[in-house]
Amino acid sequence: MDMKVSKKLGLKERYNRMTRDLNWTPSYQSLKDIYPYLEYEGIKIHDWDKFEDPFRMTMDAYWKYQGEKERKLYAILDAFAQNNGHLGVTDARYINTLKLFLTGVSPLEYMSHKGFAILGRQFQGAGPRVACQMQSLDEIRHAQTQIHAMSNYNKYYNGFQDWQHMHHRVWYLSVPKSFFEDAVTSGPFEYILSISFAFEYVLTNLLFVPFISGAAYNGDMGAMAFGFSAQSDESRHMTLGLEVIKFVLEQDPDNLPIVQKWIDKWFWRGYRVLTLVAMMMDYMLPKRVMSWKEAWEIYAEENGGALFRDLARYGVKVPLGWEQACKEKDHLSHMAWNVFYNYGAAAPFHTWAPSEEDMKWLSAKYPDSFDKYYRPLWEHYAKEQKEGRRFYNKTLPMLCQVCQVPMHFVEPDDPTKIAYRESDYKGMKYHFCSDGCKHIFDNEPEKFKQSWLPVHQIYQGNCFPEDVDPTKPDFDPLMEVLRYYKMEFGRDNLDYADSQDKKNFDTWRAQATTN
Amino acid sequence: MPNVFIALQRNEETRPIIDAILMDNPGAQLDEQPAMVKINVPGRLVVRKSTIEQEIGRDFDLQELHVNLITLTGNIDESDDEFVLSWIH
Repeated sequence: MDMKVSKKLGLKERYNRMTRDLNWTPSYQSLKDIYPYLEYEGIKIHDWDKFEDPFRMTMDAYWKYQGEKERKLYAILDAFAQNNGHLGVTDARYINTLKLFLTGVSPLEYMSHKGFAILGRQFQGAGPRVACQMQSLDEIRHAQTQIHAMSNYNKYYNGFQDWQHMHHRVWYLSVPKSFFEDAVTSGPFEYILSISFAFEYVLTNLLFVPFISGAAYNGDMGAMAFGFSAQSDESRHMTLGLEVIKFVLEQDPDNLPIVQKWIDKWFWRGYRVLTLVAMMMDYMLPKRVMSWKEAWEIYAEENGGALFRDLARYGVKVPLGWEQACKEKDHLSHMAWNVFYNYGAAAPFHTWAPSEEDMKWLSAKYPDSFDKYYRPLWEHYAKEQKEGRRFYNKTLPMLCQVCQVPMHFVEPDDPTKIAYRESDYKGMKYHFCSDGCKHIFDNEPEKFKQSWLPVHQIYQGNCFPEDVDPTKPDFDPLMEVLRYYKMEFGRDNLDYADSQDKKNFDTWRAQATTN
Repeated sequence: MPNVFIALQRNEETRPIIDAILMDNPGAQLDEQPAMVKINVPGRLVVRKSTIEQEIGRDFDLQELHVNLITLTGNIDESDDEFVLSWIH
């Protein structure tokens, strides 16, 4: 008898076999009981089979390519560690970007993993369920590889020791933490729109691409390896975000106003989180690839602009706050680094005033703003520091109720004036850094009135270690807050110029070039 | 027409892929950055399996792109033979 050889399946056929053909229609339980979260946000889906992942990645292919990525990544990490990579970076100032990254971003990967695991169970369509399951696995991989990559630095540099503890306590870390807590406490459609579309499609190129290229430029092959490996998954996540938004809008015209509200909210929330990235690119990288402003023009204005022009056919408008974000590109990084310079005693990484050479670069990249508004400030700080009066702000800043960033942002049309907005709700006054954040609060006051704001909590006495005694004559609230953060004063914080990190790095460098 | 783009890590595996993309997209602009390249094309970018195979001298599965892909933009249409990014409808 002749053996019948069947032709190898094509990509589309294989994808269908491995996703929706593995799905079945339940008969013992109602769909509502199986997928209880699908209706309460008001999104109407009529035919889940219309969703198709254009990447058509199936689980078997996923394991194969992820395995290959992991082998490449760990080969680079091993080579980096074996070759004393921690010494090969341009300058130990650079390491402070990793301290921010580990405490600020890596815990978000883990939260994202949890969020997508929920979606991988809760979406009724097999296509998005499989894509979310892959994304959930990707995110836990990112958390793991980032922690592995940075453990090498933890052996040599200060400030990495208690990042998980710090994530839940340190003041500025409430900014990224609250972003993800807001997302994972949303319904499934809002969650995927907030993360896969607003954050990943519209905004992560600004985080992972120029910054990680910058890490490579500064000799950090560890960060390059985990960053590009993570971003290679990101292209699948971005595709998921874009396909979900198109799918939801095509399913029912009633979905448009709900989706638009989420685009407005999550663009603004994500953009505010990226404030940290702006200062990493402009002030914290010793060798810079491009300015925040240039990155914004390429990835937000050009690329995001094209995206929103494409989505206009569904009636989607450019997010509220877009115009303001474009105006802020001349100011964002300078304002942010100024805040960290002010509060350099309360952050577990080092800060510094830019050198004359750094300022020359900033003047060239920001001809409309740096010399006029920010150079005098840095020159003033540098002079004070030279005379032994390095400025550390000892009062605590007002925080925005929504984004939780200290209220340092200026009016979009007047960079000499701090922007200040407020709302009254049930007899209480709430404060905001921008129209965007006020708008978000006014739409969901019951959610955002619950924000855990570090400054409020410190003033209420909720950020001291358990053994603290405020009646002791030498009680110093700032020192006790740092103890609560598990930061060691004088080692993990203060100016880079006087740091143990700098001293060690200079010694190691001298040893590397002599016998 | 606004650009679509694809960004790839710059290494030995991507060299023939980058060459193939440049060959198949006459309007393509190569933007070289530390450790990566970004290829911008107005409106539509195609990655063609056959051209990569010709450059690389072996069979190539388009999904191998995932190993060195950093980021991209545009609406995706992927088949066994072509991977297309576009803002054109």
